[in-house]
Amino acid sequence: MRCKIGKIAVYLILVIGAFISLLPFLWMFLTSFKTPYEAVLIPPTWIPKNFVLYGYKRVLSQLNFLQYFKVSFTVVVLNIIGVLFTSILAAYAFSWLRFRGRETIFVSFLALMMIPIPVYVLPLFILVQKFGWVDTYMGLVVPWCVNVFSIFLLRQQFRSIPKDLYESAIMDGCSHLKFIWKILLPLSKPTLITIIIFNTIGAWNAFMWPLMVTISDKMRPIQVGLAYFAQGESTDYPALMAASSLAILPLILLFFIFQRYIIASYMRSGLKE
Amino acid sequence: MKGKFSWIIFLFPALVLLIIFRFVPLVNLIRYSLFAWNITGPVKFVGFKNFINIFKDPFFWNAFLNTLWYVVFTVPLSVAISLIVAVLLNQIKFLRNFFRTIYFLPVITSLVAISVVWKWFYDPTRGLLNYLLSFLGLKLLWLEEPRGIFEILFGKDLPQILEGPSLALFSLSIMSVWKNLGYNVLIFLAGLQNISKVYYEAAKIDGANSFKIFLKITLPLLSPTTFYVLIMTTIASFQVFAPVWIMTGPPPGGPLGKTSVLVYYLYQKGFEEYQVGYGSAIAFVVFVILLILTILQKKILEKRVYYEV
Repeated sequence: MRCKIGKIAVYLILVIGAFISLLPFLWMFLTSFKTPYEAVLIPPTWIPKNFVLYGYKRVLSQLNFLQYFKVSFTVVVLNIIGVLFTSILAAYAFSWLRFRGRETIFVSFLALMMIPIPVYVLPLFILVQKFGWVDTYMGLVVPWCVNVFSIFLLRQQFRSIPKDLYESAIMDGCSHLKFIWKILLPLSKPTLITIIIFNTIGAWNAFMWPLMVTISDKMRPIQVGLAYFAQGESTDYPALMAASSLAILPLILLFFIFQRYIIASYMRSGLKE
Repeated sequence: MKGKFSWIIFLFPALVLLIIFRFVPLVNLIRYSLFAWNITGPVKFVGFKNFINIFKDPFFWNAFLNTLWYVVFTVPLSVAISLIVAVLLNQIKFLRNFFRTIYFLPVITSLVAISVVWKWFYDPTRGLLNYLLSFLGLKLLWLEEPRGIFEILFGKDLPQILEGPSLALFSLSIMSVWKNLGYNVLIFLAGLQNISKVYYEAAKIDGANSFKIFLKITLPLLSPTTFYVLIMTTIASFQVFAPVWIMTGPPPGGPLGKTSVLVYYLYQKGFEEYQVGYGSAIAFVVFVILLILTILQKKILEKRVYYEV
């Protein structure tokens, strides 16, 4: 009997916790369909009395949110292509090719990765400025096209593939690239998906760097656009909440589709340093 | 196929990008920190003058103190709450993954969007929090409150150092605890599941109650995980930036500079005011602090903290 009451208490606390975790999202989505008047009513309403698309209309037609979306999508796609390209090649060198200093180079890669962005963001900005990349896709994407965590994951994956495969491939006169493309990559799909998901989340949510490297409104990714909108607009809550909802919606969808993958990847990220 | 130097070709793209966009900025950071480099005037070598100026700069010390307060309040709160939630989750089977998923949602969502919503929650006149507090007859200024939390709780007669972080800064802490709960719970759950059931069974036979079991078995055996979460949260908390930029002020860092943290101050000096030398020197100080923490964390990891999915 005592045990049962304990169980109920545990569930009760967890349900309250879950509610607190969800509340900001519920509030965001529900408010985004209210009128500006209803959004600030005291006492507040939960379900919109008048279900309107006013907020979405404002951010999508009067403000530049469609453009922000376009920039963010472009950045994410280019970023993933870049990261996959550099990671696959580097991970191959680190796992299947033998050369002097291989482990030393790999460890220096890991050490460089551990340095947090705010430390080098200023000299990085000066450099990108010298390249003339401020306010361009080059500036937004290229510095992030190498990701050591992705190299690390892929190297582990490549190493787990049996050596016989390699030897038989050599016998058939297979080239490095063909071996990667035909044999390694098809066997590494889960790791590749993990890398794509991780970099999508990172690139979509990035804030400090895009804030620094973009000037014009048309080059702003959605997080930066949203941040400027939120700084300037303090009363139009339905529009603010509609904009916030749009900024998180793609990742929420991704999260519910690839939930297991994402949680498992984050668990592995505990090892990343 | 057997080219002796083919590894260079394969490593080349990653290596070039890392050298240009990580290594060179890092070297430049140290170089720039030794120069006076402002928006006007020539770039001039000044030795350690930037560092000397930092130590005399009251705004730097303000940001330093705010960051410390932020870390000191965010980290223990975050670790304690996530540990409790993880232990509770570990006791149930039904719906465990469901709860874990719900708690994880804030982790993957953007800090910007979350800051926008929480800024509204904290709004003194239109926010949900003050609406709820109004039933208790209370009203707080939240993000607009420069007074320390202990000053608010215990009255005015406190020496400055005991006033605690401003309520404004503490509000940012609360949001951060909320956001990172899911990640820490995940790591703690993995750690809990690594503890062998044998210990628990033995303790039960000896008639220990669940609180005692938690104190004498769970906590000690979980300590590598706890330490890991502690250091990770500390490193992350030292880098807080977006919430300050979005939620506080105007201007950000307000009220009265009470939420100006190191990374925000570095952004303000180096980027907004274009004092590249001075900003780099601040960044270098941040780097040294984080380096010490990272080395600490590596030492812990070497003790085989290991997570399996």
